[in-house]
Amino acid sequence: MSALLVIDRLQVRYDSRDVLRALSLEVARGEIVALMGPSGAGKTTALRAVAALQAFDDGRIVVDGFGLTPGPVPPESRLRALRRRVGLVFQAHALFEHLTALDNVTLALRHVLGQSRTDADAVATKLLSELDVGGRAAAWPRQLSGGEAQRVAIARALAPDPALLLMDEPTAALDPARRSALGATLRRLCEQGRGLLVATHDAAFAREFADRAVNLST
Amino acid sequence: MTVQILSLAVALSMQHGQPRVLVWGGDAEGGAPFVEADPADPSRVRGFDVEVADRIARGLGAGPTARFVQVQWSNIDQSVERGDFTLGLSGVEDTPARRARHAVTLPYFEFREVLAVRPDDQNRIHDLGDLRGRRVATLGATIAYDLLIAARDSTGMIPVSFDDDVHPYADLVAGRVDAVLLDHIIAQRALRRMGGRGFVILAQPVAVGHYVGVLARADSVLRDSIDAVLREAMHDGSLEQIYRRWSVWDDSQGVLFERILRTGAAGAAGTPGRSASTVPAQVVAYLPSLARAAGVTLLVSTLSMTLAVFVGLALASGRLYGSTPLRILTTAYIELIRGTPLLLQLFVIYYGLSGVVRLPALLAAVLALGLNYGAYEAEIYRGALEAVSRTQLEAARTLGFSEAQILRLVRGPQALRYALAPMTNDFVALLKDSSLVSVITVVELTKQTAIYATNVGSWIVPGALCAIVYLAMSLPLARLARRLERRWGGRAA
Repeated sequence: MSALLVIDRLQVRYDSRDVLRALSLEVARGEIVALMGPSGAGKTTALRAVAALQAFDDGRIVVDGFGLTPGPVPPESRLRALRRRVGLVFQAHALFEHLTALDNVTLALRHVLGQSRTDADAVATKLLSELDVGGRAAAWPRQLSGGEAQRVAIARALAPDPALLLMDEPTAALDPARRSALGATLRRLCEQGRGLLVATHDAAFAREFADRAVNLST
Repeated sequence: MTVQILSLAVALSMQHGQPRVLVWGGDAEGGAPFVEADPADPSRVRGFDVEVADRIARGLGAGPTARFVQVQWSNIDQSVERGDFTLGLSGVEDTPARRARHAVTLPYFEFREVLAVRPDDQNRIHDLGDLRGRRVATLGATIAYDLLIAARDSTGMIPVSFDDDVHPYADLVAGRVDAVLLDHIIAQRALRRMGGRGFVILAQPVAVGHYVGVLARADSVLRDSIDAVLREAMHDGSLEQIYRRWSVWDDSQGVLFERILRTGAAGAAGTPGRSASTVPAQVVAYLPSLARAAGVTLLVSTLSMTLAVFVGLALASGRLYGSTPLRILTTAYIELIRGTPLLLQLFVIYYGLSGVVRLPALLAAVLALGLNYGAYEAEIYRGALEAVSRTQLEAARTLGFSEAQILRLVRGPQALRYALAPMTNDFVALLKDSSLVSVITVVELTKQTAIYATNVGSWIVPGALCAIVYLAMSLPLARLARRLERRWGGRAA
């Protein structure tokens, strides 16, 4: 099976200190890979480099045929193909505070993919229901609990149907019941043929739900 | 007579604890030949009003000279009642309203209200009737201003009120106004200052008025003594000598002196002016002009704020998204505007630029206020845009939005919410700052109130009315902002 994501000897330096040194990993379609390591090990940095939010100094990143090279982050106009392939769920969720849960999900469908309001609403409603937050579609972000906000953020990242989903510390704010539910959701997503790269320091969660784990040390 | 001398002694000795000195107030900004700072010693004043005051002091036996107190011309009446000085001089006009409210001396000088026009117009304009639809400038709160207001209704000419008596003539030469109506002394002085060119003074006076001294209402006994001194000075020729020294003597002064000495009484205040009346009648009389002025305030403020919003948005975008030179340029503009007085900016735009572009007063006011407030709005918008969390912007990037879409769909709408409250505060501040534009002849609410207060001789009723109108404009705004904030805040809260 060809790899969806290839990270090859990725190196990121801050003020001449290596945050990431020669990180290499692959994620295949239908696979959950856990990126493990203590705080400060560079897990978030690696995800941000893959999502082209962060420059890197050496190495190579290829997402489904789209390559990123060392040096400054390219302008958005040259990243369109990457944006269609990669979704990112932030640890803080980063929902748009002026929009309802539903509109958080439809915004990219309408304004990036050019779908009609009706079509976008249908896609978003379905996604929110699948993630068990269908009843919260009209809620404002600050009215959502941590778990609800996370699922709305997942729905928003999935809306453009990316093949690769990146998640940063998804279990950080969840109780045990919610952790299991999230694990089940992630498994379902990868059964749809997506690849998932999940940065986490939660070893139990990784053991239970990930196919493989890659360890980063400081 | 003994009683009179005794009370005079008390009045003089009570001035600031300095016995036997006559303290008088005038406005040296009004300049020569009335009162001006002495070029040889700027701590002293000179002028024919200064010499008249000295002559009165000598006549009262209060030393060889009187002591001068600087006061803004339009506040002379108020200050004399407050006791800042005993006698107000310097081109104070004889009006029925002043006579009704204060102790006023007999007229010591007769002036003519004369029209000044550009040389091209001197064959076409002969009196106020020929100025239909034209702009005529004068000093606010004067007999001339009242004449113009009266003529506005009958001839449809447009009165333009200034705070000083220099700029009306500068604007006449510059073509911003078509005529100036003011005292002949002031007109002749302006003509001399311009080397006798630029405008002509029409020979036929529009009206005749008199200068008087003004004292507190309670000082009528002292006033009578001063009248006696003035009569003596008319009789012994010392007043004529003073006028001749300052080149303001003419035949009409001789006629005035003769009439006063013959009748033994003051010539009637035969000049127009609002008569004192009851408070409710005053309110009714002034309400239409206050309403009109409030309209001007609202118009200037609304237009300025609209301009400020666009200027602010452009500046904030330049500072946040622009190239390095553009960022430096916008930052420099913002710092320059915020670091210099609005009053200075008004003068520069209205008078300073008049060699390049001759802006109408209202447009200059809107430009100055809009460009000034734009700098403050820019900082509000920048702060509001920066208050939107960086991760939301990054989330938008990962979803494939362009920078322009992020600004329009994510950053802008949230920043607007943050900016709303400070913007409303700024608009209320602008509403009040718009009173500054009266210095470039726009008669707005505060200026109209000052004119009203000068005419009725009290700030109490005009001040209260003015405050009510300002509050009526600003309170609903604050309410509206709170409601919007609640609604938009609620959407995100």
